[in-house]
Amino acid sequence: MTNEEIKQSVSALFPGVTYDETGEFLTILISPAELRPVMKALRFNKEYNFDFLFCLTCIDWKTHLMMVYHLLSRKHKHNIVVKAKIADIVNPEIETICDIWQTANFHEREVYDLFGVKFINHPDMRRLLLDENWDGYPLRKNYVDENMISI
Amino acid sequence: MSLLGEDIVTEEGEFVINIGPQHPSTHGVLHLKVWLDGETIKKVQPHLGYIHRSIEKMSESLSYRNFIYATSRMDYLSAHINNQACALCVEKGLQIEAPPRAQVIRVLMAELTRLSSHQLWWGCTGLDLGAVTPFFYAFRERELIMEIMEESCGARLTQNYSVPGGVMYDIHPNFQKRTKDVLKQIKAKYQEYEDVLTGNVIFEQRTKGVGYISPEDAVSFGCTGPTLRGSGVSCDVRKWFPYDGYDKVQFDEVLQTGGDCYARYMVRIGEMKQSVSIIEQLIDNIPDGDFQAKTKMVLKLPKGEFYQRVETARGELGVYIVSDGAASPYRIKYRSPNFSNLSALEHMAVGSKIGDLVAIMATIDLVIPDVDR
Amino acid sequence: MIFPAQLHQTADGGIVVSKLDEMINWARSNSLWPLVFGTSCCAIEMMSAADAKYDWSRFGFEVARATPRQADLIIVAGTIVMKMAPVLKRLYDQMPDPKYVIAMGACTISGGPFFYNTYSVVKGVDHIIPVDVYIPGCPPRPEALLHAMITLQEKIKHETYFGKTKEPGK
Repeated sequence: MTNEEIKQSVSALFPGVTYDETGEFLTILISPAELRPVMKALRFNKEYNFDFLFCLTCIDWKTHLMMVYHLLSRKHKHNIVVKAKIADIVNPEIETICDIWQTANFHEREVYDLFGVKFINHPDMRRLLLDENWDGYPLRKNYVDENMISI
Repeated sequence: MSLLGEDIVTEEGEFVINIGPQHPSTHGVLHLKVWLDGETIKKVQPHLGYIHRSIEKMSESLSYRNFIYATSRMDYLSAHINNQACALCVEKGLQIEAPPRAQVIRVLMAELTRLSSHQLWWGCTGLDLGAVTPFFYAFRERELIMEIMEESCGARLTQNYSVPGGVMYDIHPNFQKRTKDVLKQIKAKYQEYEDVLTGNVIFEQRTKGVGYISPEDAVSFGCTGPTLRGSGVSCDVRKWFPYDGYDKVQFDEVLQTGGDCYARYMVRIGEMKQSVSIIEQLIDNIPDGDFQAKTKMVLKLPKGEFYQRVETARGELGVYIVSDGAASPYRIKYRSPNFSNLSALEHMAVGSKIGDLVAIMATIDLVIPDVDR
Repeated sequence: MIFPAQLHQTADGGIVVSKLDEMINWARSNSLWPLVFGTSCCAIEMMSAADAKYDWSRFGFEVARATPRQADLIIVAGTIVMKMAPVLKRLYDQMPDPKYVIAMGACTISGGPFFYNTYSVVKGVDHIIPVDVYIPGCPPRPEALLHAMITLQEKIKHETYFGKTKEPGK
């Protein structure tokens, strides 16, 4: 499927989404509330068949957090990116997708560990890489650590 | 606080043991909590972070030429391929292309790296399953390849040879002759490898039927590389999204349909032979010209996001750079293959015995610093 | 190293005369058993030092034990991070005396390439356990590790079992 076809059929199902085609892959911008319906449609609809989630991460833009999901369809050989903007930076929350793609389990724990985003209904919401009683979320831009030596 | 932690809940007859972090066969510092009923595994819980060196945070304050050195230390057995991925991603952002000579040199070094990584894997698989001889045989061949790298790149393990725009220096004049001699020696040893391990009845009993994962589950867990190709799914990035001239060389993607440890083992043995064939095609046809494209002194990527994927010895490595126009990246994310391959470990190991857990970890071929970054 | 003793010829064979300190040091330094402990890249060069080309078993380091209870020497090969530090301390405490430590690689000397702008790396393993020999390099060559082991053997030969340890060279 080409980018145009994907845009048309996704807009038919979810009229509120917007698109960004400046990068290498087609980017779909959604709100956190419609994350699960959009992801389920992309995964299970036969015409999309995006069965491979290859990158799940978060970017801290200081005024908001942006969750980024990279998807690949092995059947149609097509890549897209889905982005969801989280406006609340004090207590960020979004729903989990680890029952749709099982790889999201570890990735979401890592995002919680380093950014502090809580995933609702995640089966095991604990820190992954840092110690359990570590203070703070290191990859946030406002992270302060007196043990860190900066150039 | 008990040694195991307060969150341990066991049923009647179960007990929990710790494997690692210091353990001869975990290929690094991996801590597994294993729920056992006798010798049968009921649940496996990996605990990570014992080598989390905050590479992503550190890269946010380094320049676009400097951040490449840290990726050599991530998956140190495919160090050159990691560097190649970063160099390609920065080139994508700057919209330049490396000259043909640099591309061929990078592919040759990448295939030599893949060959030496698979040889170390073969030796360590034998060592984990109780055979000490393959360890010495594998390192004997690996030393020959490391000497080639040392002559041209300057370092045995962490080369830092790829830069945005090409390679750092030209290859040594001795490179082609030396590589051809080494390949002749390696090809003569294949029969020895088959005799020692592949056809061995004990090895076959320990790996056939062990650690099965279906193709759908493997794709859902995000597995890539030989772990996914052992279940019959085609996923080689060199074929699907070619880079650096891989579309101009002839090689086969090795697939097996067994889905168990033996199938993953046979995929890697096949890949070693394919790597040798790629090197033989290119070694006499290195084009003349520049080894580095002209770039500015201080590199600045335009505002935007760039994603580059390469095929390391263990799977698909993705480098995702988010830039806001400055001389350092705003955010770098490394999509590491071992992180996703490890998440499939529990699925493969539940129901089998403790001895099978070692065989499964050996054939997934984990490198733990790549999991923790 | 040749056996540290003098032979006095007598009518029926001979008597070997030596100092107890020298004999104990000779025995200890020529059969140090390392612990299998590698966290990251330096562990690969340590494995290369164990293989047939560089071969550390020529010097007596033949048997690498998996358990700290039976090891004399811990070669810390690889970066130590804050989550791993208590584990390393516990392994060191479990080793019986006399025990020695070699810090291999730049990461264990001072944090190495991960010194600036990292939040989780311990900047030097001597914050946790006392170190006998440091090896610079990232990663150091297997020959550098062998040189460090020989240096450690020299250091052990200057220890005294009875009384205070002499300085090397005095």
